[in-house]
Amino acid sequence: MELFNLAVRSIFIDNMVFAYFLGMCSFLAVSKKVSTALGLGSAVIFVLTITVPLNWLLNEFILKEGALSFLGESFASIDLTFLRFIMFIAIIAAMVQLVEMVVEKFAPALYGALGIFLPLIAVNCAILGGSLFMAQRDYTLAEAAVYGFGSGTGFFLAIVALAAIREKLKYSNVPNGLKGLGITMLITGLMGVAFMSFMGIDL
Amino acid sequence: MSTETAEKSPALKDSEDLLSKRRKKLITDPLVDDNPITIQVLGICSALAVTTQMQPTLVMALSVIFVMVMSNLTISLLRNKIPTRVRIIVQLAVVASLVTLVNEVLKAFAYDMYKELSVFVGLIITNCIVMGRLEAYALGNKPYDSVLDGFGSALGYSWIILTVAFFRELWGSGSLFGIPVFDSISSLFGEDFQLATNGLMVSPVGAFIILGLLIWVQRSKTGYVEH
Repeated sequence: MELFNLAVRSIFIDNMVFAYFLGMCSFLAVSKKVSTALGLGSAVIFVLTITVPLNWLLNEFILKEGALSFLGESFASIDLTFLRFIMFIAIIAAMVQLVEMVVEKFAPALYGALGIFLPLIAVNCAILGGSLFMAQRDYTLAEAAVYGFGSGTGFFLAIVALAAIREKLKYSNVPNGLKGLGITMLITGLMGVAFMSFMGIDL
Repeated sequence: MSTETAEKSPALKDSEDLLSKRRKKLITDPLVDDNPITIQVLGICSALAVTTQMQPTLVMALSVIFVMVMSNLTISLLRNKIPTRVRIIVQLAVVASLVTLVNEVLKAFAYDMYKELSVFVGLIITNCIVMGRLEAYALGNKPYDSVLDGFGSALGYSWIILTVAFFRELWGSGSLFGIPVFDSISSLFGEDFQLATNGLMVSPVGAFIILGLLIWVQRSKTGYVEH
């Protein structure tokens, strides 16, 4: 039940995009068509679900203060927390490379559609943000896995919904200066208002 | 911008002024005409989350300026040594080290600020502007030019988030840099006069809407139209 609660929280209430502005670059750049948004969204879910628990292991057994104590007494006082950024980003970059190779092999059409955006996932704030939040909030391994999946799903929902709206938006007459990014930001704001209605839900 | 200015006239370059016209453009272009946020749509990510108050935003802006200038310099110095295939990893390592430095400095000398910014300092690593400029400029240009380019882009980014923070703090909390502006204005007009604050501005939604409007104003001025 705790875990389910966490999943709901991370999908709707603490939504990556609407609550923390994470992953905005790809959120804005790849939301022109629903099909590509679906691809990127699923890639983000996949990468987040893998990297957050993986980084949890890394944090728990190597980086945390005293985490190395299983190596012996003299290691107990070592605190490698300052290496967190580099180690997390290294794991993420390696995983993204892997996902890229898998997608290229098994889904060439998707690979073509996503183009340069797959490597961009490595520098997607949502991915690193997921791991950093996990470390900051002291989740357990199960919680980390659920949180990774949940926040990925939140991003997926947000980007697909925005892409669907933007596809319809093509037929509306938007003022020149507001075309593209401007109107997208305003729409994101309105979607954020909609998502605010989930606030306070506690299962 | 970008790589086309790269190796245009190698002969002329040696005798160029420290702040020649072309180099001034490197700094001034990203401020308005080629602004990383409003025109190139980069780096809106993490930093907006800290824009509820001016003070953390200023710290964030300074951190981004530091990271961009230093990483552009480092990558530009290393540009002929980095194999193309592993360049992303090298860039990430350089940026991550610099951000770690900023993070540790904040932790040591401004602990409250460190707590307030929490994970968002770390997220500078994945700020698209940093990587974007490294890829598009620093990898193909000389160190000094790259430093100017990084500085310009970071400035262009900073003034946008500071403007957003200005309106969000003013309207959301009725203060600026923690100084209660609304209260002092209200007290001028007596007891019954109260300026109300808008809770929406403190929530993330406020940032989206202000940024959207800011983009509108800015693009109408420059006449830039996206297709």
